[in-house]
Amino acid sequence: MSQISPVIWQFLVKWMTNFALFPPEASRIAPQMDALYFFMVLVSLIGLTIVILLVTSFSILYSKKRHPVAVQIEGSTLLEATWTIIPLGLFLVMFVWGALIYFRVYTPPANAMNIYVVGKQWMWKAEHPGGQHEINSLHVPAGRAVQLTLISQDVFHSFSIPAFRVKREAIPGRYTSVWFEATTPGTYHLFCTQYCGTDHSHMIGDVVVLTPDDYKKWLASSTSGASLAQNGERLFASLSCAACHNTRPDARGPSLANVYGSKLRLTSGQTVIADDAYLRDAILNPSQHITQGYAPIMPTYQGQISEEGVIALVEYIKNLDSDYRVQQTTTTTDLLPQSEGKAAPAGQNAAGKDPAGQGMVKQ
Amino acid sequence: MSSTIVSLPDQSTARIPKVNFLTKENGLLSWLLTGDHKRIAILYLISISFFFFIGGALAGLIRLELLTPQSDLMATDTYNKVFSMHGIIMIFFFLVPSVPATLGNFFIPMMLGAKDLALPKVNLLSWYLYVAAGMLALYAMITGGVDTGWTFTTPLSTHYVNTNVITTGLAIFIAGFSSIFTGLNFIVTIHKMRAPGMTWFRMPLFVWAHYAASILMVLGTPVLAIALVLVVLERTVGIGVFDPAKGGDPLLFQHLFWFYSHPAVYIMILPGMGVINEVISTFSRKRVFGYTAVAFSSVAIAVFGFFVWAHHMFIMGVSNYAVLVFSLLTMLVAVPSAIKIFNWAFTLYKGSITFETPMLYSFGFMGLFTIGGLTGVFLGTSGTDIHLTETYFIVAHFHFVMVGGMLMAFLAGLHFWWPKMTGRMYPEKISQLAAVVTFIGFNFTFFPQFILGTLGMPRRYASYPPEFQVLNVFSTAGATILGVGYLLPVLYLTWSLKYGEIAGNNPWQATGLEWQTQSPPLTENFTEIPIMDHEAYDYEWLERQKEKEVTSVG
Ligand code: HEC
Ligand code: HEM
Ligand SMILES: [Cu+2]
Ligand SMILES: [Cu+2]
Repeated sequence: MSQISPVIWQFLVKWMTNFALFPPEASRIAPQMDALYFFMVLVSLIGLTIVILLVTSFSILYSKKRHPVAVQIEGSTLLEATWTIIPLGLFLVMFVWGALIYFRVYTPPANAMNIYVVGKQWMWKAEHPGGQHEINSLHVPAGRAVQLTLISQDVFHSFSIPAFRVKREAIPGRYTSVWFEATTPGTYHLFCTQYCGTDHSHMIGDVVVLTPDDYKKWLASSTSGASLAQNGERLFASLSCAACHNTRPDARGPSLANVYGSKLRLTSGQTVIADDAYLRDAILNPSQHITQGYAPIMPTYQGQISEEGVIALVEYIKNLDSDYRVQQTTTTTDLLPQSEGKAAPAGQNAAGKDPAGQGMVKQ
Repeated sequence: MSSTIVSLPDQSTARIPKVNFLTKENGLLSWLLTGDHKRIAILYLISISFFFFIGGALAGLIRLELLTPQSDLMATDTYNKVFSMHGIIMIFFFLVPSVPATLGNFFIPMMLGAKDLALPKVNLLSWYLYVAAGMLALYAMITGGVDTGWTFTTPLSTHYVNTNVITTGLAIFIAGFSSIFTGLNFIVTIHKMRAPGMTWFRMPLFVWAHYAASILMVLGTPVLAIALVLVVLERTVGIGVFDPAKGGDPLLFQHLFWFYSHPAVYIMILPGMGVINEVISTFSRKRVFGYTAVAFSSVAIAVFGFFVWAHHMFIMGVSNYAVLVFSLLTMLVAVPSAIKIFNWAFTLYKGSITFETPMLYSFGFMGLFTIGGLTGVFLGTSGTDIHLTETYFIVAHFHFVMVGGMLMAFLAGLHFWWPKMTGRMYPEKISQLAAVVTFIGFNFTFFPQFILGTLGMPRRYASYPPEFQVLNVFSTAGATILGVGYLLPVLYLTWSLKYGEIAGNNPWQATGLEWQTQSPPLTENFTEIPIMDHEAYDYEWLERQKEKEVTSVG
């Protein structure tokens, strides 16, 4: 006996200390979502209590022993109206409140820093603007809005950070996005929550929230030597995009400077906003949307560039916007210890560690 | 005053009527070629019970694996196959046919005062399709299984797994036709076969609920069939409708699948709600409170049920405005469910209540369905859905409605009509115990999963972080209790076939036409076509009938 009990005791202690009932609130949206959650829990408890009280008290009052003969009642419009309108009203409150939160979670603020995340069976790859690259982990600074642009290389995945109360599906062939502002430094779970095959349950990782200082240190220590835009620049050169996209007067393709965020008029008569998704599509399916004034000569790069490669190209093109570039450079620089974030001018990319080839699809 | 309404004939003289639908003809062939809706119902009952126990065994394996955080009992691949087959079997081969194909099949014609369903041969065909589909699904399971989950999400199911997707898809396709035919048969029967005097608003609410469910089956299932055919075509010839590399849209599959599968959840609950109406009314000796509201709420659920499918896709990148609309509609569809709960509660008001097993199961249903429905609202609220979707919260939600709701209702109905179907009573005490054990086991199993989901534990995980273990152990322990709760009825119901007390025509003193004839019924149900000259749930009419009998005999 005396030998067994310490074992059991240890077991219980281990269990109880490792026992969670509510997830940590580590983002700005978390307490807002939890307020709604607890409101709904409260309403549910009241509703459930009413149902249980009605059933038990009627069961006691009108059991056959006490009440041998039933009194027939057809119904009551007043009562029925009550229990139609009150639940409806409460549900509508939840609907509006929920919609407000939903819009907040999926509408990133303009100054959010952007991290690309690529899901594949069975890992998460994060691409930071400074060129930092991580697998199954994500380092973010506390107190800054971070936008994630997600895409999947194969099947549906879903990027879930319970402590932040955010989640977004990573879909093949399409960017989706979500944002958060982490508040409390620490390490939190990262899960893939959309079933994605064999090792779905191993597609997990850590989200590490760092204080701004620690984050700077982390950025410096995990830099790969070239920013994401610089990688894109190399690809741009090695795939000879510049053969058509140059600023020369006789260029066969449009200039890509300032194209990000601009309105493009297509030969089909539509106008589109050139956002991330459009840029991606313009590279992979150019024949789907031809910009007015140009011939449909751009070849498709489908199957030739990896998802990360496309991301690097998109990031590079985004940075060609001068305003944006300034903004991006300053935001990246003030996080970086030295001036590493600055994109090198085109043509100077020979110095990179592993230039062209990076980002290409390995056949 | 006794605390039961059971009134059985004198056991020393009573016997089961010599001629009834069970004894009319003998031999296996007389069953396999029967057109009798009651025999087909029995065939269905046996087959769905078989599948329920296979699905249940798989559930046991899932819970065993989740006892520990590591995936140690089986490889992740095996685990994935186990939960996929569990879902597929329980949904398509147990829950969808459960109440309609057994109790509905048996009692809709009798409640309407008809001799059979409108299309007896089609009814038999449904059962054969069901069996063929079931065998195909089992074959797929034995020869390697399938690991896509019951949702067959593309492009996983089309390009990334090499398990038996096509065979399983085909099995579900065939099962779909079985349920389309059942639905069609019910609709035609309800329109055409009602006895004289049986107006729409004199029909038992059980029939109304099946009418609504049948509409869902007939209109929804073809869309599932199309989705599955497209998956098969995509896998075999690569037509590319779901493949972004070929200009297809991977979200299209989600739309098609949920366009069926949301209505399907109501196919899986409406018939159960129908059962609850009959049981609660009978055991409180009262007409269902607000008959018309309850009848229309079934139809409202069926109609709105078609317009909420995208609430399964809130985080999949559908447009924000679509999310608004679908979230709002989901709120609207939750209201008729709330109405029903309160109407049932008020049916008890000023009744004369007894607590036989079917009533205990019905109380269980009311409590658990309330929780299931309310947590559905957590998920229909777009903001909180972001956090709760794809976690154990969803798993808990749908088990509360499907197991706490539909399975409880099925058991309530099975016990309620058992005397009519077999002519014998089930043993009351032990079955009350089973009802209580089921209720306790259920809560132990599934309530912790709400907390797990809120903590963020993803569904369909073979392994999980250690801090989730305590709640998972609770859940597995509860599942063991639940298993006992489900085994008991198998034992005592089988026992009762031989040793149960003789039930007589109407042991519960219920008002439905099915109770005004012998048990088990004749093949043609009634000796003469009944005339419905009173409202549904008219207990005073029943009293007058009894008096008449006494005076005519005496
Ligand atoms: C053969 C010449 C050619 C090459 C090589 C080429 N493009 Fe293009 N590109 C065009 C033309 C012409 C258009 C405008 C018509 C259209 O939309 O297809 C265009 C349009 C685009 C657009 C849409 C922006 C706009 O203003 O219409 C983007 C983005 C783009 N190209 C990126 C690239 C990238 C990245 C590469 C290298 C991987 C590349 N292109 C290679 C000819 C080319
Ligand atoms: C009271 C009304 C109900 C509401 C408001 C409701 C709401 C929801 C919502 C919004 C979801 C999607 C959650 C998500 O994917 O994020 C969901 C999932 C689900 N519900 Fe309900 N529900 C209700 C009743 C039912 C009933 C009656 C059943 C079945 C009998 C059911 C079965 C399911 C199933 C099976 C899923 C999960 C499907 C899957 O992803 O595998 N629900 N419910
Ligand atoms: Cu996954
Ligand atoms: Cu749904």
